[in-house]
Amino acid sequence: MPERIIVPFGPQHPVLPEPIHLDLVLEDEKVVEAIPSIGYIHRGLEQLVQKREYTEYVYVAERICGICSFIHALCYSQGVEHIMDIEVPDRARYLRTIWSECSRLHSHLLWLGLFADSMGFENLFMRSWQLRESVLDVLEDTTGGRVIQGTCKVGGVRRDIGQEKLDEMHRELDPFEQKCRDLGDVFLNDETVKYRLQGLGIVGKDEAYALGAVGPTARASGVPVDIRETGYAAYGDIGFKPVVETAGDCYARCAVRVKEVYASIDIIRRAIEEMPEGPIDVKVKGTPDGEYFSRAEQPRGEVVHYLRGDGSKHLARARIRTPTLANIPMLVKMLPGAQLADVPVVVLSIDPCISCTER
Amino acid sequence: MGVFQMTKTVLRNLAGGPVTRRYPAVPARSCPLTRGHVTIDPATCRSCGLCSRRCPCEAIRIDKEEKVWEIDRMRCIACGDCVEGCPFGSLTMEPEYLPPVVEQCAAERHIITYVKPEKPEKKPAEESAKEEGAGESA
Repeated sequence: MPERIIVPFGPQHPVLPEPIHLDLVLEDEKVVEAIPSIGYIHRGLEQLVQKREYTEYVYVAERICGICSFIHALCYSQGVEHIMDIEVPDRARYLRTIWSECSRLHSHLLWLGLFADSMGFENLFMRSWQLRESVLDVLEDTTGGRVIQGTCKVGGVRRDIGQEKLDEMHRELDPFEQKCRDLGDVFLNDETVKYRLQGLGIVGKDEAYALGAVGPTARASGVPVDIRETGYAAYGDIGFKPVVETAGDCYARCAVRVKEVYASIDIIRRAIEEMPEGPIDVKVKGTPDGEYFSRAEQPRGEVVHYLRGDGSKHLARARIRTPTLANIPMLVKMLPGAQLADVPVVVLSIDPCISCTER
Repeated sequence: MGVFQMTKTVLRNLAGGPVTRRYPAVPARSCPLTRGHVTIDPATCRSCGLCSRRCPCEAIRIDKEEKVWEIDRMRCIACGDCVEGCPFGSLTMEPEYLPPVVEQCAAERHIITYVKPEKPEKKPAEESAKEEGAGESA
């Protein structure tokens, strides 16, 4: 029996965008066990809910994560709106959907780039980020911020998108989709990418379900979970079908995200076409009293904001469960059996967002 | 499917030049909505203090006695809540980003120069009425 050694991986590692530490137990070059540890960037944002007014906390919620910022704000606002029985105007729901999908687009393109980088495919990395830049430009043009949009608020949204801009976005969608399909073809059909990813880090459907996986990680293993199906924001009106793959390996996780890019473009297109007229926000009066589990689908999976108000202008408790936390058990399951050189690819395949996780 | 799928894109990119800008040598891309930094017009601010109450990160401090409006640029997150809340339109959001700093700097001070206009006197003195009329038209 070969000797076992422990190799520390992270928190500082060239492929890791954020700090997670893994103790890899190796036999020769093969991983037999992975022990994760997190806790490097805890910021105490949940506690802050007791010091900021419930309307102001949207800004804090948005800063939990730099990628899925809009969806955090949306999820939080949604929770407070449910507690206070606020009906959000239709146009605000559609605008929220457009910005959510833009967030998903830029997050997935960012991830595809990082993933290509972890495989050593630098050209693909640059191409993905080049496309991501055009999404960020649209976000800046419509909200005023590239990654922190600051447009979601309790009771609606703070900015409207004019008809002229909507038409321009609609016109640009077709060429953009073509570029994304060219990019996606490389991820899905290139022999080198396939050779590197297929059969790596396999987790079956039952196992993924038992481990409580969420988002693209779960969908790649054949578990059809997607919170957008519950119909929050305008997803119920637009109609939506989750992208599911069954192989459960790194290639399937990559394929789910590539296809979700196409799906997101389609949702944005339909949201622009069906955009209703009307106000974008309602006046919020009173203070939240009650509790609610608000759920939304982030690029990485399901996010849960548990909010409890006690009738004062500060919420009594906020608890945020982010998708990466739910996917770490999957990661621990994926790693045994992989070669040491494949560890970066496997770790990135769950799209870890550690600053989200530690809040 | 081929191994050289990226080649077309790579060649196009080689001919196209860089996509990114050489910020800060070249100014960052901005649009009319970009939230760069908050500015104040001290001549119209009436020291109501709504901005400082609305600010989620307590970056704005206002002293009604001394007529001072202060903003801590290190705290400000440029959310634009103060600009939306200002009832007199004294605050504006400029699209340019401020240059980066490496040290904690003191809050930016502005002396409020707004002067409350005198109420028109009730007794119909001709001279004062003329003066006020001139002031309004100016």
